[in-house]
Amino acid sequence: MAETELGKVDPETGLKPMVINLGPQHPSTHGVLRVRLALDGEQIRACEPVIGYLHTGIEKNCEDLTFNQAITLTDRMDYLSPITNNFGYVLAVEKLLGVEVPKRCQYIRVMFAELSRIASHLVWLGTSAMDMGAMSPFFYCLQQREQILDLIESAAGTRMNPSYFRVGGLLNDLPPGFIERLKKFLDGFPRWLQEYHRLLDQNPIWLERLKGTGVISLEQALDYGWTGPALRASGIDRDLRKWNPYSSYEDFEFDVVTAEEGDVYARYSVRMREMEESLKIIRQVMDNLPEGAWHVDSWKIYPPNKADIGRNMEALIYHFKLFTEGIRVPAGETYAAVEGPKGEIGYYVVSDGSGKPYRVRVRGPSFYNLQALPVLVQDRMLADVVAAIGSIDIVLGEVDR
Amino acid sequence: MAGVEDRPILFASMDKLANWARANSLWPAQFGLACCAIEMMATAGSRFDLSRFGAEVMRASPRQADVMIVAGRVSQKMAPVVRQLYDQMPEPKWVISMGACASVGGVFNNYAIVQGVDRVVPVDIYVPGCPPTPEGLIEGVMKLQQKIMQGGRPVAPAMPIAQGEARA
Repeated sequence: MAETELGKVDPETGLKPMVINLGPQHPSTHGVLRVRLALDGEQIRACEPVIGYLHTGIEKNCEDLTFNQAITLTDRMDYLSPITNNFGYVLAVEKLLGVEVPKRCQYIRVMFAELSRIASHLVWLGTSAMDMGAMSPFFYCLQQREQILDLIESAAGTRMNPSYFRVGGLLNDLPPGFIERLKKFLDGFPRWLQEYHRLLDQNPIWLERLKGTGVISLEQALDYGWTGPALRASGIDRDLRKWNPYSSYEDFEFDVVTAEEGDVYARYSVRMREMEESLKIIRQVMDNLPEGAWHVDSWKIYPPNKADIGRNMEALIYHFKLFTEGIRVPAGETYAAVEGPKGEIGYYVVSDGSGKPYRVRVRGPSFYNLQALPVLVQDRMLADVVAAIGSIDIVLGEVDR
Repeated sequence: MAGVEDRPILFASMDKLANWARANSLWPAQFGLACCAIEMMATAGSRFDLSRFGAEVMRASPRQADVMIVAGRVSQKMAPVVRQLYDQMPEPKWVISMGACASVGGVFNNYAIVQGVDRVVPVDIYVPGCPPTPEGLIEGVMKLQQKIMQGGRPVAPAMPIAQGEARA
């Protein structure tokens, strides 16, 4: 939309709306989103999200790296749940390779994906409550998120951006004592979840600001390509974990949480209940975690371990080739998607048979969810924009890539 | 005022006092770019609690802030905005470049990312990491405090930059 169009004179009233900028530096835009708004008083006549302030060239950079190195870049897209970003990418590459990782690896991947779903929802809850003026949920949420980050750190070595999933396996097996620490977290977290509910559910300001705000119908949401909890809050149970199970999700029992209203409050309640479902899945993984291999048994895909390299000439050669040339992925193209905390995060990977991807295209859910923002705020008050942006849970790193 | 020329002790001490006050009540601009901003939030959060170092008052307006923590990668499109925010901050002001991307471009050596925010604004402290841990950022804040106490750079050097010049 050209600038003149956004601020054009209303032919009926002869008045010109005021055009203001929200962002790119604004505490409520969750990063560097810029929204141009045409206002009539406090009412929004037109809204135009302007993106690109965090364009990083990740897709292009992936073409320069080997298949395993590119995992590190996927971390840095949706940095609230880097692990689900790794997940979709490694699934796509494994699909091209035609390998399936062992059951233990699949279960551990599910466990970490669900942990990071909770971590991501916690940041969303804390920040969107802060947007509405409630400061304390932020501190409570980050406090529990730290527990999850500690678990990730103990397994992967880094708090954020762990690159824990590798093509054909994981970086490491679970460290000793991990299950005990996880159990401690699982025992403590439900009480905190209740605390979050008690902080917000009955709060009159919270209800007043959220209920009936930012409504989108199911048809519109589908038309805009919405996925994830935001779509499910409009009344459809589209969840890739159920609709198109990957990585043994079919082994676990959980419900897909939906709501009908399609407003900001519905999206809030869907995410809150999703955290409970994630806890359910993690418990099942913990109870049924198989022993055994946690990476594919092929030196062409997963590097041999250090002890073998010292003893075995062949292992040394494979190790060298893997780290200089990368994994030789057969030529072809594929798409693999996982259900991330924000929606369907999919990777379209093209290989030309070399050690580097020919093209990596990312379908980031935040990008598709964000483009419906004008629908959510049309003819509403200016303050509702903040609630609407918070409710679709965007991460600009993934929108702009 | 006779005799003041011989004894400049009063002014020197005033400087010290002012620097002591500035160092212990840093007001960072609440302004995040990418992954590092999440760790900056964690630093301000309950576990790491930046307020122990007097730097928890994150201001949403640059006009009320005296430290800019550049948390994340600076894209070519964002660089002029970062510069404008810096210009809007009142003197004296300091800049912490948080993380590898802000410091040198990080893993993103490409067309989209400014290879170091010091091409756009003068940087006082570089914090390494991708992203730096909250402990790392706290260390950076403490180093900045030491620098301010020693009277480091009260007035920023003039560094005019036109839009698009960050491309260099």
